[in-house]
Amino acid sequence: MKKFLTSALVRGLLWQAIGWLLGALFVTGIRFLMGLNPFDQFFFTEPAWVFGALVGAISFVAGTGAMTDWFKWAKGEETPEHREDPPGWEKYLNVSLDHKVIGIQYTVTALILMCVGGLFAMIFRTELAHSGLQFLTLQEYNTFMSLHGIVMIVGILVGVAGVMNYLVPMMIGADDMSFPRLNAFSFWVVPPAAVLLLSTLALGGFDTGWTGYPPLSVRAPVGMQMFFMGVAVAGWSSILGGLNLIATVLRMRTKGMTAFRMPIFIWAAIATSIITLTATQLIGLAFQLVMFQRLLGMGFFDPAKGGNPILFQHLFWFYSHPAVYVFVLPGLGLISELMPVFVRKPLFGYRFVAMSSLGIALVGFLVWAHHMFTSGMNEYLRVPFMYSTLLVAVPTGVKFFSWIATLWKGKIEAPTPMLFVVGGIVVFLLGGLSGPPNATVATDLHLHDTYWIVGHFHDTMFGGYIFPFFAAIYYWFPKATGKRMNETLGKIHFWLMTPAFLTLTLLMMRVGLLGMRRRVADYDPALGFDNYHLIMTIAGYLIAIAIAIFLYNLYISLRHGETATGNVWNSRSPEWQVPSPMPVHNYDVPFEVVGEPYDYGLPGSAYVRFADGSQSTKH
Amino acid sequence: MRHFVIVGVLVIIVFLATYFGLTALKLMPVEASAQSIVVDWMWNLDFVVMCFLFALIVVPLVYSLIVFRRRKGDTSDGEHIEGNTKLEITWTVIPLITVLVFAYLGAYSLGETMAVDPNALEISVTARQWSWQFDYPEGFTSNELHLPVNRQVVLNMTSLDVIHAFWVPQFRIRQDILPGRVTNYRITPILIGNYTVMCSQLCGTSHSYMTAPVIVTSQADYDAWVQSQVTAAQAAAAAGGPANGKLLVQKYGCLGCHTTDGTKLVGPTWLGLYQSQVKLSDGRTVTADQAYLVESIVSPSAKIVNGFPDNVMPKTFGTALTQSQINDIVSYIETLK
Repeated sequence: MKKFLTSALVRGLLWQAIGWLLGALFVTGIRFLMGLNPFDQFFFTEPAWVFGALVGAISFVAGTGAMTDWFKWAKGEETPEHREDPPGWEKYLNVSLDHKVIGIQYTVTALILMCVGGLFAMIFRTELAHSGLQFLTLQEYNTFMSLHGIVMIVGILVGVAGVMNYLVPMMIGADDMSFPRLNAFSFWVVPPAAVLLLSTLALGGFDTGWTGYPPLSVRAPVGMQMFFMGVAVAGWSSILGGLNLIATVLRMRTKGMTAFRMPIFIWAAIATSIITLTATQLIGLAFQLVMFQRLLGMGFFDPAKGGNPILFQHLFWFYSHPAVYVFVLPGLGLISELMPVFVRKPLFGYRFVAMSSLGIALVGFLVWAHHMFTSGMNEYLRVPFMYSTLLVAVPTGVKFFSWIATLWKGKIEAPTPMLFVVGGIVVFLLGGLSGPPNATVATDLHLHDTYWIVGHFHDTMFGGYIFPFFAAIYYWFPKATGKRMNETLGKIHFWLMTPAFLTLTLLMMRVGLLGMRRRVADYDPALGFDNYHLIMTIAGYLIAIAIAIFLYNLYISLRHGETATGNVWNSRSPEWQVPSPMPVHNYDVPFEVVGEPYDYGLPGSAYVRFADGSQSTKH
Repeated sequence: MRHFVIVGVLVIIVFLATYFGLTALKLMPVEASAQSIVVDWMWNLDFVVMCFLFALIVVPLVYSLIVFRRRKGDTSDGEHIEGNTKLEITWTVIPLITVLVFAYLGAYSLGETMAVDPNALEISVTARQWSWQFDYPEGFTSNELHLPVNRQVVLNMTSLDVIHAFWVPQFRIRQDILPGRVTNYRITPILIGNYTVMCSQLCGTSHSYMTAPVIVTSQADYDAWVQSQVTAAQAAAAAGGPANGKLLVQKYGCLGCHTTDGTKLVGPTWLGLYQSQVKLSDGRTVTADQAYLVESIVSPSAKIVNGFPDNVMPKTFGTALTQSQINDIVSYIETLK
């Protein structure tokens, strides 16, 4: 208990509260001196809340000690290159420079955020089970719906960072990331961002959806500003994490690991990091302009002052569309990474799969306005954006065809990670196939802002990242802990969640085509959707139960899991050639790459050779 | 070779079963506009490809999982096949061509839905949180959109506050409505019937309830309705007083937030409001007399009733309404006891 109370996390939260209060008091004092109204509906005025939130977020990071070494360097003091972590669980609640600890910190934070976001979904899904308002007010419904969106998005971003942080240095034979302190900083800005996002609940909520379109977002309660601030703070994590990862892959690969001998996941991680490094700024900018419009009366998006609400949508989607690929590319990379292990065959067309990741990332920058086909932007612009959008289908298709060719004539084994790989492919396929009608403009005029879209992107998000994320957790859990996850519980998790999820999203598409708008708290019983919604709600509960089983499995496997220190999946990847859990500085003996990563079925081949002479061959 | 033949046959079977099975479920609402026929034509082309690709991926996937599964006791690896450049190029180039064809078809069908009839009927649409107002060229205003069948209509739409969107599922077309700008919605109804326009761009708390009836009738019925509306508007304006007030509160969408039956919506109900004691958000209590009601219409933020949000009601009614119209509305509220 004492270890918990003195941890960096608790210290940071305390500092955040104090910083928030001091910042708010500072602005309140100035307002008082200027003769302005010092208090408002939520005690402090909006400028006081916003300034306090900024000070609070910075205080959190300072309070944890994630910036201490930088302060010392600024003063000319030396610090040790490495910092040793304590052996127990408390290292996960304190600032660590070890990429594996940070990776697990990210992953656990992601799971917590996703559970919170999922809880919000269950609340309003229950409300939707029947037409009419059951137990939520309209404002509460909109707030939960909006928070579900943004908490899940941040959750997935954090989950992506978790998997990349944990795996990338290990896979390329590095002892850590390029910039371990920046890495720690990138993680420690996430908890204050999560606090900011959740604080919207206490400050009137926000009824705009996660898109926060003005003018609606200009009129929303103070909670809106906490949402903007939370996203801006979380954005730092993405930008700096992307920078760190690119530097790591470019500079720290082991001897012999040329571009086309990297594990395929590295290509996906690079493609994702290019997007987070260069696009995240735009959503921060868009939200900051609305913040200034609210606080300072600047009319960026106010037509009465010569502003343009559509400009916001361009800025917003310039990040928020590529962001989808930030989620999906690592997920698809995980699928490509795990599949050869369980099929015992090389990944079909490695170079094409690698290039398709970069292709998706680059084309993804040119498609943002397909979210705006009905927005009232220049109507001729819709045509070029349709061409670029449909183009995404080409590299995505390459991935699907290559996976099928990889499976063909393999010796397929299907333990839990492989189940989630296959489930991810099927679910992502449905998400992908429901995409083209949104791209061919005429059909999108009907589909836009309906439940069809809701079903479409839940399929892409779940198939593209959530399923692979589960696969990765089941697969690398032994690497992180030296124990295996319970296989039976894993299978129950999969077989409960997958059919329920498919039912949920297919019914979403069904009612969407028939005329169900998205983001509505209530629907007309005359539409005849009550039964569909009831089934969707039941499916939602089944998913929640499956997740609960997964969490129980994590707990029980951590406590009593079967010991697994060896190469449990019989993989060629370097991290499995050393005992689990991974040593603190990864490889005690360095290795060099001497062959192709996925040459399963080629007798006598090896991917890596350790300096002491041991090789990874077929086990 | 045997595997390829089996999978090929299964792909065709699954493709046809998926396409015809799902189409039989009637995926789309009825086609009530000329534009909906174009949209559904494009949808159907998309859907054929969707069903085919679904079969093309899922069939070999499931087939492989079953046929190429690891047998008990077998510890050997699969065949060492690293790839096939010709195959990779094939499944890059064929989708690329397909995509270009579909982009062309998408542009073509978009153009068809935008086809202009110079004799189109023009109606002005005003959207606000959370109601619709339709202004007809004959000079009257309605909360219902009546349209004659088989004649193109252009809705010139604008918003008084946030972004809204006009969508009638049976018409298929959707267009956002922006503050400070006019956007157009062009449609040719082809099926007589009652439909609903729904706001489909999240516009705040009561977004779900921002709907209005859309009634497509024969030209003769439409003309009769227009005539009756013109007569009613003239009569009410001439008479003034509560009758005109009742017409005005419908016309300006007041009833989207204020009820006349005591129900609490976004704004306070008018039932029993006149001469009642109103508790304000700043703690004061005032009497809802005539002056209070006029002030609340003209400058809604002056006094906020306790428990209700500020900055919801438009502040434009002072200029949108004449003094006598405001008096008529107040006189109508006074009758609600």
